[in-house]
Amino acid sequence: MSDVQGLTRPELVCPAGTPAALRTAVDAGADAVYCGLQNETNARNFPGLNFTVAEVEQSLRYAHARNAKLLLAVNTFPPAGKFAMWRDAIDGAARLGVDAVIVADMGVADYAAQTYPDLRLHLSVQAGASSPEAIRFYCEQFGVKRVVLPRMLTVAEIADLHREIPCEIEAFIFGNIGMMAEGRCYLSNYVTGESTNMDGVCSPAADVHYEEDAARNLTTRLGDYVIDRFAGGESAGYPTICKGRYLCGARNDAYYAFEEPVSLNLSALLPELMRAGVTALKIEGRQRSRAYVKSVVGAFRKAVDDIMAGREAAFASLLALTEGRRETEGAFPSKRWR
Amino acid sequence: MTVQASKSELTLGPVLFNWQPDVWRDFYFRIADEAPVETVYLGEVVCFKRAPLFDDDREAVAARLKAAGKTVVRSTLAEVMSKQERQMIEDVCAGDGLVEANDGSALLRLRGRPHYAGPFINVYNERTLTVLAGNGVRNVCLPPEMPAEAIRALAADAAKLGVSLEVQVFGRVGLALSARCYHARAHGRTKDSCQFVCNEDADGMTLRTLEGQPFLTVNGIQTMSHDYLNLAAELPELQDMGVARYRLSPHSRDMVAVAAIFRDALDGRIDAAEAGSRLDAFNLGAPFSNGFYRGRRGHSFTPAATN
Repeated sequence: MSDVQGLTRPELVCPAGTPAALRTAVDAGADAVYCGLQNETNARNFPGLNFTVAEVEQSLRYAHARNAKLLLAVNTFPPAGKFAMWRDAIDGAARLGVDAVIVADMGVADYAAQTYPDLRLHLSVQAGASSPEAIRFYCEQFGVKRVVLPRMLTVAEIADLHREIPCEIEAFIFGNIGMMAEGRCYLSNYVTGESTNMDGVCSPAADVHYEEDAARNLTTRLGDYVIDRFAGGESAGYPTICKGRYLCGARNDAYYAFEEPVSLNLSALLPELMRAGVTALKIEGRQRSRAYVKSVVGAFRKAVDDIMAGREAAFASLLALTEGRRETEGAFPSKRWR
Repeated sequence: MTVQASKSELTLGPVLFNWQPDVWRDFYFRIADEAPVETVYLGEVVCFKRAPLFDDDREAVAARLKAAGKTVVRSTLAEVMSKQERQMIEDVCAGDGLVEANDGSALLRLRGRPHYAGPFINVYNERTLTVLAGNGVRNVCLPPEMPAEAIRALAADAAKLGVSLEVQVFGRVGLALSARCYHARAHGRTKDSCQFVCNEDADGMTLRTLEGQPFLTVNGIQTMSHDYLNLAAELPELQDMGVARYRLSPHSRDMVAVAAIFRDALDGRIDAAEAGSRLDAFNLGAPFSNGFYRGRRGHSFTPAATN
């Protein structure tokens, strides 16, 4: 559906770490929710998170009764010998009739495409398809209908890309921003022995340590390595390798070698993204609370509706929800970010 | 020199660092003349901005390697977004030689003719291998985080599909890629204004923790391990699995000597302990690791059990 400005109403795709969060997101105005099973088949394989197959089934009924879609993330890479767990996830998704599965691994995509030709496939950001040719490879090979773009392209590049690919585009607009190319990062496995690609884990809590000294300075550690240190009273971030402070020969002081602990917030770029041909706007945060999901989804629901109606969108309430209260537009506005 | 007849091939991966063009050329000339490796991968994998620096020498290097009896395989960029990067992929894939794809755009362009899949392609399982074999992939260099049990499981299917498997056995391990250049960032620049500052670090730039502990290595947009992968002790097991090719990733040290050590180890002339002590003599300035292979923390090193 297009309005007078030539904008097509985008689908608001929202995170659900639990069935309760899913209902919250749907009630707050999500057009689609995405979730994962309680195992290594998805990239947010955290304790206390995710869905049993029965919960997916119940959630699907809840979402469909309210005109919302349910997308199942099966977006990790099964190591040889363990493919059955991912095959079962795809079988379950097809049997329950989820609206799409989000896949990254070529083998999983092939299994889904060959076994269930009617099952809609979205290409996960974990597949790291960042060029028209790479995206076309997945479209032609597996019939992928939508690509979730890596968070490394500018809006202008997304607009160009839109003209060159045969599928829909989903773009991240809000939430935690990883600095490394998705699906190609072994840092967590290097330090903790838990793999992002194979286990769906990044910086597992079991390897996180906080140490406070007499002056109340807090040191955060992941496995054997110090990731950051905070003066007394400074708010300490979770120790994620790509957001830590390090030393190198080229500099005198500790610095954020990869990125500062900021969150992505593209609210100001929403109209541009919609004009660039983005079909779906994605909010990150399956690990977040229901209160967070309600605030963020509600704010973006109103913003998208305002933009479609030609009104100015307001976002002040979102800043308080970003990580460490600091935000970035990341790569999206210009190449200078690189 | 002649290469020992053996089922196990030794290969030299692409130079991942930004060396001075004359150093780069002379490195390959010496590899051509002296190193006991069968296959040499050639091409810029990390940053499209570096590639033109080697334009003058690339064909001469390829010719010298071929004249010495080496198989030359062109490696493609690992991260492809911009028009220039896409053009590079198109140009490399347009040649009639063997190409190793390192991203999805190269997989598209090479489909339907024999080609290789590099370590930046996520080949973790038999079904992915089957898809790629159907497209013409003949050799797969596995992602470095693959544990032994998965390699063993995959090797059984690879043999049936007629695809050879390759495993990196020496050198710093690529751990991540980014759109942002961290070399430029360390020097207060951006990727566009980098002035090729990555050429100051022949084996990458060390990142230390706030305690001063060496941790990671920055190489442009790539983040690598601080330690050097050393699978000398695991060679017999990998050979038993049916892995055909063993990749050495180039460093500024004497790679001819490194290749000789691994050749001797592959051919059973020296054991793991002997290989280890000969590698120790290079004073790499960083420990060895084999944790990924052992299914442990990637940076860890478990010495071979002594019999």
